[in-house]
Amino acid sequence: MDALAPHHDPTVPVQLGTTIMAVSYAGGVVMAADSRTSTGVYVANRVSNKITRVAPHIYCCRSGSAADTQAISDYVRRYVHELSLELNREVNVSVAASLFRELCYRNKDRLTAGIICAGWDAQHGGQVYTITLGGSKLQQPFSIGGSGSAYIYGFCDAAYRPDMTRAECIDFCVKAVSLAMSRDGSSGGVIRLVCVDRDGVERQLVAGDAVPRAWQG
Amino acid sequence: MAGVGSGYDLSTTTFSPEGRVFQLEYANKAVELSGTVVGVVCRDAVVLAVENVLPHRFVVSGTLRRVHTVDRHVAIAVGGMGPDGRHLVARARSEAENYRAVYGEAIPARVLADRVAGYAHLYSLYWHVRPFGCTAVIGAWDAVVGAVLYAVEPDGSVYKYRAYAHGKGRTAVRTELDKVRWAERERAEAMREVAGVVERSRDVVKDKPYELEMVVVGERGVERIDRFTAAESGGERSGGGDD
Repeated sequence: MDALAPHHDPTVPVQLGTTIMAVSYAGGVVMAADSRTSTGVYVANRVSNKITRVAPHIYCCRSGSAADTQAISDYVRRYVHELSLELNREVNVSVAASLFRELCYRNKDRLTAGIICAGWDAQHGGQVYTITLGGSKLQQPFSIGGSGSAYIYGFCDAAYRPDMTRAECIDFCVKAVSLAMSRDGSSGGVIRLVCVDRDGVERQLVAGDAVPRAWQG
Repeated sequence: MAGVGSGYDLSTTTFSPEGRVFQLEYANKAVELSGTVVGVVCRDAVVLAVENVLPHRFVVSGTLRRVHTVDRHVAIAVGGMGPDGRHLVARARSEAENYRAVYGEAIPARVLADRVAGYAHLYSLYWHVRPFGCTAVIGAWDAVVGAVLYAVEPDGSVYKYRAYAHGKGRTAVRTELDKVRWAERERAEAMREVAGVVERSRDVVKDKPYELEMVVVGERGVERIDRFTAAESGGERSGGGDD
């Protein structure tokens, strides 16, 4: 077994050692994530996409086991789609978050999944829901998650303001995620952003050479 | 089994040659013969009312309810057989509860109406069950569209209504309902008018004493109207007083 490189060893799980976040503002949400997927110390994918669509206006940021969170978001996407057909309208963000909570709670002894579910709906506007490892759902004005988030709690608490615009939220996310990426060994690569509001969805990318650099001492 | 075309009314599993299912028509008859049930969508609420005919004058008022709360935002008024209605309401409650548990929000009225209708429909498909002898008039406050009214019939069909009436006094009540633009009425006004409409549909000489059960479903949810004084109903009502 010693001869096996980590990415060839099936017993080492593929992890989203990650930095993810979502911020709500009047009229929408901004989500951000780094792009590193690792197998132990090996970077399995340096441009992965951890912000996944579950409905046209609802997305989730995934952290933890790549396999688990992909499977969960696949289920939620299906259930949300089914419900939207029954209701003949788009479902609310809190409904998708409730489905994530249900799946994470019922299977918590078999899952490693930290999910932030965020989006926009006509009834309640931009919303952010955190689904914890234990399977609880909590609505927050903004949320950070993944291993990298531990390094930026102080920055986020200091920099967050409830009255930010969309542009300010994007700036806040890029700053926060870049700071986490520079300190967290299992976060890195590029920064992916998803903005959802009344008008739809916009994806943005901050390439590796454009990621802001803080003090490197 | 003598004449041609007879024998088709014993089960819901056989159509008559004219394409009718007699058992379902008889179930509807049970609704037609019992107390009038009325539902009306006004500007800020749904008003549900049932003429709850007392089987005997010794009966303690309020014993057999005909308007039931299903969830915070849904009430069902039952026209026809009360016990059948209670069973349908129990199903509606569990559907509402289940939806809340899974999706974390209140069940939309249309979804509930569809599910109750689907359940009622099952009882028109098998020889070993009989159809519900009742109509479920569903009044609800929907987060998106506001006040809504649905009615589920014994055959499992469901329609959305602006106003609905069934039961003994249906013909007179429907004529009266047609004269009013309910969507422009405020709830207090609508309540008074509905009470008057039911009262006027009655045969003062022949009809047994009754209680008027009324529930209003508005933005704040289900509100049961316990007492309705003669003054509130425009002084037109004589029956319905309890205790």
